[in-house]
Amino acid sequence: MNTLIIQIINGLHVGSVYALIALGYTMVYGIVKLINFAHGDVIMVGAYITLSLLSSAALPFGIAAGLGILFCAALGVAVERIAYKPLRNAPRISSLITTIGVSYFLQNAVQMIYSPTPRPFPIRINIPAVAIGSLRISGLTFVTILVAVLLMIALEAFVRRTRTGKAMRAVSEDLQAAQLMGVNINTTISVTFAIGAALAAVGAILYSTAYPSISPTMGAMPGLKAFIAAVLGGIGIMPGAMLGGFLMGVAESLTKGYISTQLSDAVVFGILIVVLLVKPSGILGRHASEKV
Amino acid sequence: MNAANRKSWIINLAALAALTAALLIPARLNMFNDYIKGVITWTLVNVIMAVSLNLVCGLLGYLALGHAGFMAVGAYASAMVSLNWKVPLSFPLALLAGGLAAAAAGMVIGIPVLRLKGDYLAIITLGFGEIVRIILNNIPALGGARSLRGIPRITTIPAAYLAVVICVALMFTLGRSRHGRAILSIREDEVAATSSGIPVMYYKMLAFTIAAFFAGIAGGLYAHNAGTLNPNRFNFDRSIEYLVMVVLGGMGSITGAVIAAAVLTALPEMLRWLSDYRMLIYSLALILMMLFRPDGLLGTAEFSIARMLERVRRARTGARSSRADRGNDG
Repeated sequence: MNTLIIQIINGLHVGSVYALIALGYTMVYGIVKLINFAHGDVIMVGAYITLSLLSSAALPFGIAAGLGILFCAALGVAVERIAYKPLRNAPRISSLITTIGVSYFLQNAVQMIYSPTPRPFPIRINIPAVAIGSLRISGLTFVTILVAVLLMIALEAFVRRTRTGKAMRAVSEDLQAAQLMGVNINTTISVTFAIGAALAAVGAILYSTAYPSISPTMGAMPGLKAFIAAVLGGIGIMPGAMLGGFLMGVAESLTKGYISTQLSDAVVFGILIVVLLVKPSGILGRHASEKV
Repeated sequence: MNAANRKSWIINLAALAALTAALLIPARLNMFNDYIKGVITWTLVNVIMAVSLNLVCGLLGYLALGHAGFMAVGAYASAMVSLNWKVPLSFPLALLAGGLAAAAAGMVIGIPVLRLKGDYLAIITLGFGEIVRIILNNIPALGGARSLRGIPRITTIPAAYLAVVICVALMFTLGRSRHGRAILSIREDEVAATSSGIPVMYYKMLAFTIAAFFAGIAGGLYAHNAGTLNPNRFNFDRSIEYLVMVVLGGMGSITGAVIAAAVLTALPEMLRWLSDYRMLIYSLALILMMLFRPDGLLGTAEFSIARMLERVRRARTGARSSRADRGNDG
């Protein structure tokens, strides 16, 4: 029984990271209907920037992490302005290929600046373990889940309560109509990319503290899984991304614990396929009627 | 067949003969070293992959992200045939087995998958592609993650070239047939196609299965060229690579896919001296290409030597007569 609970908690630990990354996918998709394949590499850039600030500039962890997150937000906006904005009216597959191009570019640029060999991520934070009854949850797990949940609540509040959040919801509902109503869609889209990238950077730091080895291709797998999490919950729907992320984490952790480590990815993809076949719009997705 | 048509046939046949001679005569005379041979074979395999994916992405208009999965199925199936059956003519049989296995996989996957649309279809094909890779990694009888070794290396340039010619010719005739037009109508407007009485699901399955079949053939050629197979060679990145070829060539353009596949396979080899900067340049080229030519190299048009000659002739005879010509230009 205890092992089951521990497995689930471990799953929630990874799952909360997936959920943070998935939010970026889902927000961008919700607004510009674009699968942003470069999102996974923002994770990697965030980890590398934070690493440099920690080791070369010897900044305290909090400041390094904060600067890393800001850098990623700026990167998200820059990428949007350079690579996606000119293609807003082009065939959607073109912008998809551009995101792939950006992904390759980030991977190779980092590989040239830092070398392709994996580096250890220095964990400078020591958090005492939390004991609940007979269970001991590692401090890191506890903090990760806490940070993720707090950020999700903050994001939900931002989207529901602020003017910018309202604009984001309006643009994702109907871009043209929002524009006619006086919403500045360029700013709104930029804000969306910035928030998505910043959340990915937070996810990156949390992920790197859990798996402290970072490499230029480290973003690919968590990126892909977070993307699947977003689809699982219903792409374009923010609570769906959170739910999907947690589900993916738990499913992965349980498969690793009880079935097989090698097959855990297959199980994850299997769940995706089953969900898409039964409910193509995702767990929380609304059924969109076909416009003729 | 009218005169212009016959002329274009003759020109195309001549061009094909020239290309064939340029490839096969040096191959016959052993003028290529192993490295060049390897690059040419790999290019031919990639041309088949790109042209077959073009059927699904370009003509049918469905974004598929798991094409490498079918290639893997074909590669392993044909490798197993070669390894276990020592019969005469085993190579063509092995290739055929690879193609049929991939086509069967395409059919099995297609039934559920093709009910979905747009991005969901893209994601689910991605899922299937990855599952194929993970499952192959976990079957010890197929070598698993430690690779399947000892496959006879019998893929020759003429064999691969023949497969390319068959594949491209079939795609061209299919594209211009009744079936091809039915597939195109699904891309243009699925609802309208359904209400015009086109069996949409049948044609979607047809396109998907044919594409998978040729991916399987390409996989078989690859397996018998490389000699070893590792499931991780058929990952998501590989599927993306083929998608990039199709999009860069122009979605729906068969010649575009051929050119893009050839360039994107040969170019990285030629740029080896740039070593570290190679992938950086590739990614920048990809971004710039999409920014300045979002429809790809050729758009949906086909490259035609006849048309090019016609344009040259017109340029020479001057602007006035070309303006007069344009009225009856089909």
